[in-house]
Amino acid sequence: MALLQISEPGLSTAPHQHRMAVGIDLGTTNSLVATVKSGAAAVLPDITGRPLLPSVVRYDANGVNATGYAAQSQQVSDPRNTIASVKRFMGRGLADIRATYGEKLPYDFVDAPGMVSLNTAAGVKSPVEISADILSALKARAEQSMFANDGGELVGAVITVPAYFDDAQRQATKDAAKLAGINVLRLLNEPTAAAIAYGLDNAAEGIYAVYDLGGGTFDISILKLSKGVFEVLATGGDSALGGDDFDRALAAWATREARLTVLTAVQERRLLVEARAAKERLSQGDATFFSLSLDFERTAGLHLTRKTFEALTEKLLKKTLVATRKALRDAGLSVEEVKGVVLVGGATRMPQVREAVGTLFGQKPLTNLNPDEVVALGAAMQANLLAGNRAPGDDWLLLDVIPLSLGLETMGGLAEKVIPRNSTIPVARAQEFTTFKDGQSAMAIHVVQGERELVSDCRSLARFELRGIPAMVAGAARIRVTFQVDADGLLSVSAREATTGVEAAVVVKPSYGLADDEIARMLKDSFERAGDDMQLRALKEQQVEAEQMIAATAAALAQDGGLLNAEERAGIETQIEQLKQANAGTDHRAIKALVDEVNRATEEFAARRMDQSIRRALTGRKLDEVSF
Amino acid sequence: MFGLPARFAIDAASLDTAFREVQAQVHPDRHAGAGDAGRRVAMQWSTRANEAYQTLKNPLKRATYLLELRGADIGAENNTAMEPAFLMQQMEWREAVEDATGAKNVNALDKLLRDLREDKKLRYGKLGALLDSGADAPAVEAVRQLMFLEKVEDDIGHSLEALDA
Repeated sequence: MALLQISEPGLSTAPHQHRMAVGIDLGTTNSLVATVKSGAAAVLPDITGRPLLPSVVRYDANGVNATGYAAQSQQVSDPRNTIASVKRFMGRGLADIRATYGEKLPYDFVDAPGMVSLNTAAGVKSPVEISADILSALKARAEQSMFANDGGELVGAVITVPAYFDDAQRQATKDAAKLAGINVLRLLNEPTAAAIAYGLDNAAEGIYAVYDLGGGTFDISILKLSKGVFEVLATGGDSALGGDDFDRALAAWATREARLTVLTAVQERRLLVEARAAKERLSQGDATFFSLSLDFERTAGLHLTRKTFEALTEKLLKKTLVATRKALRDAGLSVEEVKGVVLVGGATRMPQVREAVGTLFGQKPLTNLNPDEVVALGAAMQANLLAGNRAPGDDWLLLDVIPLSLGLETMGGLAEKVIPRNSTIPVARAQEFTTFKDGQSAMAIHVVQGERELVSDCRSLARFELRGIPAMVAGAARIRVTFQVDADGLLSVSAREATTGVEAAVVVKPSYGLADDEIARMLKDSFERAGDDMQLRALKEQQVEAEQMIAATAAALAQDGGLLNAEERAGIETQIEQLKQANAGTDHRAIKALVDEVNRATEEFAARRMDQSIRRALTGRKLDEVSF
Repeated sequence: MFGLPARFAIDAASLDTAFREVQAQVHPDRHAGAGDAGRRVAMQWSTRANEAYQTLKNPLKRATYLLELRGADIGAENNTAMEPAFLMQQMEWREAVEDATGAKNVNALDKLLRDLREDKKLRYGKLGALLDSGADAPAVEAVRQLMFLEKVEDDIGHSLEALDA
């Protein structure tokens, strides 16, 4: 038994103490939370031992009535207030949803600017809020498990997203975590998470393909694994294609075959539930009985063979194969160069999927992993790494890419690509534009994402204006627009007129994401409901951040203090002292102001340290006069 | 940044190793526990490392960059004059792609893609010899021809994609 370490009251905990971090797979149909315990990643089950949490939330007049299995069982009786597969609505407007899923969804949609909302018994809910309720349930599960073990605080989470999620969908996911009070260490692409779990467990080296067909999304990623580096070479997919679509195809078939007309929302739901069950039965047998007990008067059924099912869903499967071939072409590889194909996602249990993927790659896909759990396990490993629980040398490096090109609208509604798809992140690229008319004083900047040439076929991410351009003849102004994508795959854009230095910057949010005041409003709502104290939480969050800052700065000073002169060092130390004092108090605004100040004061120090570590990494290498 | 000699013929393994060593130092994942300032600097450095690696890894970008360093102008936009023999060959490539696309012949397109990649390989070999012997003017010509061939390769990809769907 390990001895418990108890630190002296008032002293901060030892830096080598294990910091608990979790990986969360926020799935369309099911969600999971996992963590690394004594060196091994494991899914945290609920109190009855079930690993999955169905991604379903039921609302009543008091707010959240149930989540997970308890909510799922109410889906048929209360479809309007029982929200399932909300991931499909993240970062999407009503028009998108109607175009993708038709009129058949049982929810009462409210078309809000940007993202759609849903009218429930608990009031209007944004998909971000509903996702936050799922995340809160998972967070509670993690905290319970920690309490049962050794206590401690949750330092943060790695949350997975489909690789093919666009900027709006990623931003919405991050907002949901924020709302649930989770510190996001990183947004991680689902196939990349699966590759980490597979690669580390099997010490895999070479080119691998991860084929991830989940409940509502499809991803294909091609990765190169070597010496502790996971490099994504290309990714592709469809963020609105998954196992749910196979269910819908079956339900539509049953409706046609049995000549059913005008179904109620409850009947629709029942039909879909049976379609999913029939699909799962067909993974074991060649034929099944499709039950049509839609109400108490009519009980009937249809004979369904696997052959029929395969014919009905052939088109869906083909879409995934087309995307797979495209990703291989993007990576500049042929199928022979792929060493292994990892299958992820519950929908890859369908025999026809395994067969088609096997035929395409000319090899049997790897199915020795639990397709439901592998993403959460990989995320937990990455979370453990980011929380600083691994020794240098015993770690790995992740190099991921953006799935869709980012660009700007130019004259005539054309999209000009600034950062092409499959660029390794973080990435920055600048593009220069000029004015169109004499004396033009403002320029509208429209940021889009997608591969098509027309802006109207791409997703609009943000619009902003650069004002105050001095009067010049057309074509004389030089407007430099810079795109920066961070390691989460999130974009920020800034624009600058070169001759005068007029500047405008935007974190890409407005078009489809949520504005900051909306997040603030939702946070307030959730606190009022929970009877929680918002001030207290703000203070606590701020204190944690300040403590991190103090610890990181102290470590940096101890290690590389020599990079500063006496005056610089004294300046930083004074500010840290002030921050420590403020942190003992209760004014969260004062703490924040000081944290910001320390940040500014240590910027130059951070840059020097980075220079030094790069020089160290390259010592011993002979430098030519001119070198790359 | 990577401590590699500034020439066309670079050792791919050394480039990979150097890139990974640099990223291992600067990647934001390595600075997750740092303050905002540290994280921002890490992102900027990691961005630069990615940009440098992508430029050096791709032979066409590497050649272009090398010529730029030496002050040679590629003039990709302004100067469209090409050797007649190359123009002829280039037209043949395009016609073959169009014919195969029109006939929806995936196998023919696959074969064109393989042939094109072979041809490019030979050309990159020659380009490397030119660049590393200091023959900048013929190297510029070779780079511009390869730019055309890269476009043909893109077109084959688009055609295959369209036929696939």
